[in-house]
Amino acid sequence: MLEILGKTNIDFMGKRYLAFVFSGILVLLGCLSIWSIVRGTANLGIDFAGGTAVQLKFAQQVRIDDARRVLQANGLEQAELQEFAEENKILVRVKAATTIEEKVADRVVAIFNKEFPINRPEVNSSTEIGPTVGRKLQQDALIAISISFAGIILYIAARFQFRFGVAAAIATFHDVLAVMGLFYVMNKEITLLIVTALLTLAGYSLTDTVVVFDRIRENLRTRRRDAIETVINNGINQVLSRTIVTSLTVVLVLIPLTIAGGEVLHDFSLALLWGVIIGTYSSIFVASPLLLLWPGSKGALFRRG
Amino acid sequence: MKKVGGRIALLGAVVLLSLAFFIPSYSGLYGSLPDWLKRVFPNKGITLGLDLQGGIHLVLEVEEDRAVEIAVERNAVAMQDLLVEKKIPAESVKRTGPTQVTIAFQNGDLKAQIQKAMEEFPTFYEIEKVGTANSVVVELRDGEGKRIKDSAINQALETIRNRIDQFGVAEPLIQRQGLKQIVVQLPGVKDPKRAKDLIKNTALLEFKMLDEEHKLTMELPQRIPRGKEAEVLEQFKSKLPEGDEILFEKHLDKDTNQEFRFPYVVKKRVMLTGDVLSDARVSIGQFNDPYVSVTFDSKGAREFERITGENIKKRMAIVLDNSVYSAPVIQDRIAGGRAQITGSFTMQEANDLAIVLRAGALPAPLKILQDLTVGPSLGRDSIEKGIRSTLFAGAIVILFMVVYYRLSGVIADFALALNLICLIGALAGLNATLTLPGIAGIILTIGMGVDSNVLIFERIREELRLGRPVRLAVDGGYDKALLTIIDSHVTTLITGLALFLFGTGPIKGFAVTLCLGIAINLFTALVGTKVVFDVLNQRRKVEELSI
Repeated sequence: MLEILGKTNIDFMGKRYLAFVFSGILVLLGCLSIWSIVRGTANLGIDFAGGTAVQLKFAQQVRIDDARRVLQANGLEQAELQEFAEENKILVRVKAATTIEEKVADRVVAIFNKEFPINRPEVNSSTEIGPTVGRKLQQDALIAISISFAGIILYIAARFQFRFGVAAAIATFHDVLAVMGLFYVMNKEITLLIVTALLTLAGYSLTDTVVVFDRIRENLRTRRRDAIETVINNGINQVLSRTIVTSLTVVLVLIPLTIAGGEVLHDFSLALLWGVIIGTYSSIFVASPLLLLWPGSKGALFRRG
Repeated sequence: MKKVGGRIALLGAVVLLSLAFFIPSYSGLYGSLPDWLKRVFPNKGITLGLDLQGGIHLVLEVEEDRAVEIAVERNAVAMQDLLVEKKIPAESVKRTGPTQVTIAFQNGDLKAQIQKAMEEFPTFYEIEKVGTANSVVVELRDGEGKRIKDSAINQALETIRNRIDQFGVAEPLIQRQGLKQIVVQLPGVKDPKRAKDLIKNTALLEFKMLDEEHKLTMELPQRIPRGKEAEVLEQFKSKLPEGDEILFEKHLDKDTNQEFRFPYVVKKRVMLTGDVLSDARVSIGQFNDPYVSVTFDSKGAREFERITGENIKKRMAIVLDNSVYSAPVIQDRIAGGRAQITGSFTMQEANDLAIVLRAGALPAPLKILQDLTVGPSLGRDSIEKGIRSTLFAGAIVILFMVVYYRLSGVIADFALALNLICLIGALAGLNATLTLPGIAGIILTIGMGVDSNVLIFERIREELRLGRPVRLAVDGGYDKALLTIIDSHVTTLITGLALFLFGTGPIKGFAVTLCLGIAINLFTALVGTKVVFDVLNQRRKVEELSI
């Protein structure tokens, strides 16, 4: 029997204060990210902010500084550029403010055609989104997130107890915030695809938490005399090898996607990768200790478990 | 002894069904099948999304307020015609608000006559308190405005559909979204700009008379450089007579390759519109220059004959979307219902013009709210990369499971394969559209499928450690893992459903694969692998389980 971990007996609950500090920092970063979205300074993708994105492929390499200079000289100062070195691709983004009627995409192509007559770009993709659509998408995403959260809390509250539901929801929220915080620090763009990734990792983290909770609940029934910390610790230790193996396989899936999945999938997989790691951490160090924090938890856990 | 026959039959049936659904998606194989066999399979499989095969996704909004304004303006012209016909000398009939028309007159005695005449326009009602002794103000009824807006969208939808049909795109999607939006998806379009122009051009064809009597015609510059139109309009605005407007003709100087504009003073009154066309074709002129010849229907032909007869030696402007294409002098009464639209066209422009004229005009301008264009090369790129990394990721997982769980790992891999076959079959069966986020959803499902097996195997290992015999350990492991698996799948399914119901575009594609994947996962993990274990246990008494 090949085992990554044998039978373990780690005192996870004893380390909960350390974990709370660490999580506190992650959540703080996440809150900063949310705050920047509310204030409108966040790095929102054009699918939320509205605007134009054109991806161009050049036959020969173009220095990004040259490209920026050319766009500025032709009145597109607000354009943001990003290059994909390996294939001479440049992504030009012009956010909101300018309206779609102006045909920014055509303008960008015309500028490059004029300035680089021997190295004309081929349009790989172009996206134009009016500001009203962006707001609509933002709303839709918010509704989808709220509803899935409400559904999850209800389901877990029904299957376990209310406190498990709340702890699982907080832990999940923690994970989403943490990944948003990391993206904020890395100044990555928040697009519709990233929101999809956030929701996916919410689902994943939840699964993980449910598995751990399931075991804790089972132990609560059979071992009524142990201290609650011991019961929770035992539960986590018993599912630890499953937790590690599962996370490891998902991480194994995500690494090639992040590295070689192409530019579209890169940020998406990166968000999921962070999410899996943080989700695994949070079901052990956030969700489970939260059960202890619940006022008068000891009595209640034993009575109803 | 447990009965396994039924479950094996079920598994077999599911796999066969999945393969049958999938085969049409694999065109290489499907195309080589004999016809009678093709009929056995469904004729549609998985469609590739725009991000995978390139194409355009447009969200358009009909400017419905403009549609109402246009309708009110047309009615104002009809009102003026009626007053002329009844010999009531009104001073002016003008649209004075989004839905209002004001009829002004010098002689206060005319008021009653005009009010009487307005009764012939039942969709309008008079607002008495706004009118004065020398004016009558009428307004479009609310219900009529709503009807116009509604029909504007339906008509726009119909027109776009006609144009796309004639343009020739395989499997276009054109549908209404919400109250006033239209979604157009054109997969695999090679020339996105041309297709967009074709959709967006209002293509309102109008025949109007030039106002040659007014002295302004002499004062206007012969030609102006492109981009100076607004200046000219501003400069001559005050001199423009009532009921006239200045329109421009595009002109390309072939020697210098510079674009110019010719200004014209045109009477606002529309003599004839493109509604009365029955056909439009491209023809080649004597200098090898393409033009579009249009044919009127019988009513249009009669009208055209009358108008040309009444205006001999005058110039008539052929106006498309407010720019003049040509302004020939009418030499004679033109019978037979044919006219030519010339201009400096390329062959393709002439072709597209013929298409939009045949398909009819849009009732109002369209605003593009969202425009996603993916070039075919990026599509090919991302599908290759997506598939390659998916395969690679799959291989790693398969290998890992075998190394870690040995024979049981092989069983888990069998479940994974089953999972993928069923998922792809289900996607094909639903004619789902596979997008890049969809592929990501499939990968996530693989992860979850592995998780179910890991949960079960770890439980079986625990049971074995407690010294249980293999068969009891397997059954115990499945039983104890069952609840956990259901709980974890249902919570993810809740997320998936919320995404499916409220998400849009890429989120939806992701949600579809995720939800299907979760359902199939439950089936393969709980039925698929269990059957294998049961068969193993039945054949011989297993002393030791390779796990």
